[in-house]
Amino acid sequence: MTPTEIEKIFRDEAGRALATLIRLVGDFDLAEDALQEAVAVALERWPDGGLPSNPRAWLVNVGRNKAIDRVRRNAAFRGKQHELVHELLLNASAPCETADSVVGDDMLRLIFTCCHPSFAAEVQVALTLRTVCGLTTAQVARAFLVGEDAMAQRLLRAKQKIRLAGIPYEVPERETLAPRLHGVLAVIYLVFTEGYVATSGGDLMRPDLAREAIRLARLLDALMPARGEIKGLLALMLLHDSRRAGRETAGGDIVLLEEQDRTLWDRGQISEGLQLVEEALRMPGRPQSYAVQAAIAALHARASSFEDTDWPQIAGLYEVLLRISPSPVIELNHAAAVSMVDGPARALDLVNALEARGGLKGYELLPAVRADLLRRLGRNDAAREAYRAATAATQLEPLRRFYARRIAELDRGADGPSPSLPATNAKRLPKGA
Amino acid sequence: MQYLLMIYQNEVEYAKNDAATNQKMLEEYGAFTQSIIQSGNFKAADRLRPTATATTVRVRDGKTLTTDGPFAETREQLGGYYLIEAKDLDAALAIAARIPSARIGSIEVRPIWVYD
Repeated sequence: MTPTEIEKIFRDEAGRALATLIRLVGDFDLAEDALQEAVAVALERWPDGGLPSNPRAWLVNVGRNKAIDRVRRNAAFRGKQHELVHELLLNASAPCETADSVVGDDMLRLIFTCCHPSFAAEVQVALTLRTVCGLTTAQVARAFLVGEDAMAQRLLRAKQKIRLAGIPYEVPERETLAPRLHGVLAVIYLVFTEGYVATSGGDLMRPDLAREAIRLARLLDALMPARGEIKGLLALMLLHDSRRAGRETAGGDIVLLEEQDRTLWDRGQISEGLQLVEEALRMPGRPQSYAVQAAIAALHARASSFEDTDWPQIAGLYEVLLRISPSPVIELNHAAAVSMVDGPARALDLVNALEARGGLKGYELLPAVRADLLRRLGRNDAAREAYRAATAATQLEPLRRFYARRIAELDRGADGPSPSLPATNAKRLPKGA
Repeated sequence: MQYLLMIYQNEVEYAKNDAATNQKMLEEYGAFTQSIIQSGNFKAADRLRPTATATTVRVRDGKTLTTDGPFAETREQLGGYYLIEAKDLDAALAIAARIPSARIGSIEVRPIWVYD
């Protein structure tokens, strides 16, 4: 077992291990501390002793024992050792979740708690990124463009509120489930987008998060099979994720949509996604935003090549999206689609107008889209500058390398510009702007 | 857990109600209170006289300062409260939503600080 392999297991398992530990010990902070201690023990033992057969169960088990030790120590000071430890042991003897139970799923529990309507929307997202996606406080702070101390305070207050206000750690009953669905789906999609294009670090993608988001959407779909927005979101994620193997080189560099080897795309996932889009669009009522976004992803999935893609229909679907759920990010994606239909000049007008309205201040992909349009217009100096701005705006190494590649091409004066855009279509503003 | 449900509404607007409306509201409050007594959630409740009857007291440098009226002028005023026992915040919020004034004003739900 190399440290890198162990690191990967932690990344894959930490979220669900934490979700189960919170249920067992009944306290966010205690569970986080206990999991950290369990990870420390694993780092000592696994390199020589080998990997346990079920790493997550191992982490939960060791973490639970650490939590019990901790409560025992604290309780001894306060002279209430007996009852507290007894209570914790009772809770903690509850069995681990089974894979297919729906309301019993600890990760869903964790998400519904983080998305409780008694939290402001921003707090919901910050809590989810921190606990469900396992981002560090510094990374969450960057996503919100605030300082690390301020974010640490915000997260601390939120976790205190869970405990002090008695926010339940459970998936709500059927009748209260529906009104809370919207927020939960938004957060599941956010988890997915973090997996699709990470906020920072050396890897473009976090497949563990993408898989987890898809798994959660499947659970919700099983729980509420008649909801178009769930099917739409599930379809959207399956279709985006189907391209995963084609989206980066073995060396971890970005491969743009037009350069991708489409035989690498996951056909099974595509046909499941296409089927779900159909079902979502056939549901009664207004078309849902996720279903329309999935319909766009479906057009990409169906196209045999970049050139054969039905861009006019994609641009049209973005216009539908702008009517049903307008947002600056959709406007930006619409502009990118328009560049494929009416050319980059008209798209640049749209981006400039959007920027003038101040709609996307601080959105890191804005300079990247602008740079691409300028490059295709042959305005090399302005493009170079925009790529530099894009480089400064991102914390993600593969994106930085991609921008550096573009700048080098511009320096060499390489022409025959290809109509390329970084894969922006799934990435949303973390603030829901 | 115990929660205090604080009932805020615009007392000037409320004072404009006719007798029949007031009577209906009182009946609704009566039915609601009975229902949470029966479900075992009820601990205490009171209605307050309007803020025109309020006096605010502060002690500064050992001196007692008394002013006419509530601590802060706001659009909605505290008009009453329920103290309830509930399993968790969701249960407390569900009860708060059934308070008749929730339809006109707003209910602030706060957990009671327990010392152990």
